[in-house]
Amino acid sequence: MSGPAAEGPVRPKPGVLTEKARRARRKFLRSIPLLAGVMGVSLLGYLPVSQARKLRLRPPGALDEADFLASCIKCGQCLQVCPVNAIRLGDLDEGYGVGVPFIDAREQACDYSCDVAQCILACPTGALTYTKPSFLPVREGAALSMPPLLKAKEDDPEPTLNLKERLGLAKLTRPEACLAVQGKGFSGLVRGEAFRGRVRYIDIDRGKSLPVRDHPYQQEICNLCVSECPIGNAIKLEAFTDANGQRRFKPVVLEQCIGCGVCEMLCPAEPAAIEIEARAVWDAREAGA
Amino acid sequence: MSRFIEGIRCMLGAEPKKPAALSEEVRQIMAAKRGDKAHIEQLHEQSRHNHTWRNRRWITLILVNLLFVLSFWLDIQLLEGALTASRFMGFHLIDLNSALQVMLAHKHIIVNLVIGTVTVFLLWVMLGGRTFCSWVCPYHLVSELVEKIHLALARRKLVTDHEFHRGIRAVFWVLFAGLSFITGYTVFETLSPTGILSRALIYGPGLALGWVFLLLLFEVFWSRRAWCRYICPIGLTYGVVGTLSPLQVNYDVGPCLHEGDCRKVCLVPHVLEVTIKGRAAVTQAGLGPDCTRCGLCVDACPTGALQFEVKGLSKLV
Repeated sequence: MSGPAAEGPVRPKPGVLTEKARRARRKFLRSIPLLAGVMGVSLLGYLPVSQARKLRLRPPGALDEADFLASCIKCGQCLQVCPVNAIRLGDLDEGYGVGVPFIDAREQACDYSCDVAQCILACPTGALTYTKPSFLPVREGAALSMPPLLKAKEDDPEPTLNLKERLGLAKLTRPEACLAVQGKGFSGLVRGEAFRGRVRYIDIDRGKSLPVRDHPYQQEICNLCVSECPIGNAIKLEAFTDANGQRRFKPVVLEQCIGCGVCEMLCPAEPAAIEIEARAVWDAREAGA
Repeated sequence: MSRFIEGIRCMLGAEPKKPAALSEEVRQIMAAKRGDKAHIEQLHEQSRHNHTWRNRRWITLILVNLLFVLSFWLDIQLLEGALTASRFMGFHLIDLNSALQVMLAHKHIIVNLVIGTVTVFLLWVMLGGRTFCSWVCPYHLVSELVEKIHLALARRKLVTDHEFHRGIRAVFWVLFAGLSFITGYTVFETLSPTGILSRALIYGPGLALGWVFLLLLFEVFWSRRAWCRYICPIGLTYGVVGTLSPLQVNYDVGPCLHEGDCRKVCLVPHVLEVTIKGRAAVTQAGLGPDCTRCGLCVDACPTGALQFEVKGLSKLV
């Protein structure tokens, strides 16, 4: 590129710029603040992403956060194929990347009712993938020791999901709010009449998810996080005796938990007693303790 | 070959060169030109009401974006995804600039990404490169409409167009590519009104539209078509693709009246400097890679000196 000052015709007097050269110089000088402005705004847009402290639950098969953010092309094809509309795209103010997909499990968890994680099949860039490329490391405790069993496919010849890593782990973050811990049962609609979430009820329809608000529950001791979990051996209810010598129960998350979020969605406590910690890894010592 | 290089040079921001010598044929044509004023006036009157190419283009642009929207809303699965990446009846299509940024950010290349990128590359080589801008990009349409407000205000001397150095776009291109590589995040996607608008149409509006609104305000009150002219790296990427394209607007010096109506409507008027008297070295020439093939000049030209052509094909027919 030639400098604009050189483009004017021969100067009439030394040191005096022609109108054309002056205009070119103004254009050039004006371009510098434009450059600074646009780059400033773009860094402003990037800052929240780089500073995001709390991780978000990503769709199944998402690469580790940094790789995921790098490789996602923000096209929303994962969102389009999801039968339960669990996947949403991030907005400008949220600081997790504009147009980057995430799951708000409390609103609508991934219940794997598509059986194969269609979002992974739809992803054009490998940001969601069944098999990580060899050069990407697997964090300790993120890998699943065996393929997760899909309860809905239990009787099929191939009952497992082709997932190698968990997206997070369910954690009983508010044990005091847990109905089972309080020794209570649950009857009625979880999350009320207005709740829009869906989940797969294997006994009613193995093929697709149904609205949660159409399915009242009746449980002596609230067991929803265990009974509705779509994955085999991911969570169990354990009996314990509280300080007053009363027999109580609490949900215990097991190593097969992949962090889908159905337990969080269906927890009748408000806010949920059990929540997904995105990107959390399995720690055997912590689980033992 | 030198025309190729000249086209790329101008696209990167240099001013078009004046030809050192005109061909004998051009000199003869220029010498023979005589204006019949009444006839010329009549031609102008006709061309003023001619919006053929603009209408075709707007319909195409709206249909393409509508196809994206309806594919999702009605679940007809014809064209899934958004403009950054999509699948047309199962075939991967990936925006070249988005693909480049993802590859730079992730520093790894995925097979699907390559398939989609190559498909799109070939598609736009055939269709004219920056044809993407004017025939597909939703921001182009919005910006084109807002430009009318800018021009109306400018006529009343309420605003003036503050031009920038066009070379700044190449600097932006390098900076955004560099940012992807350094941060490992496709920073440009946060700003890209193409992606933001495409996603807003398909998946519903968000706050990011506020940024698009600010851009439009900037274009109305400060600088005409600023984003497309001086900033957008997508345009430059497709411009480079367009260097190879046989589909272009052809300029024929013969019928040209050198009045400059075409330059007034053009998004990239530097490609039309060839229409200034004495600037065409040869009788016929394509307008160069930065041309978005929008056809506004074809509509505006009263004499048909500017016409769409497919290089090679026109000679065959």
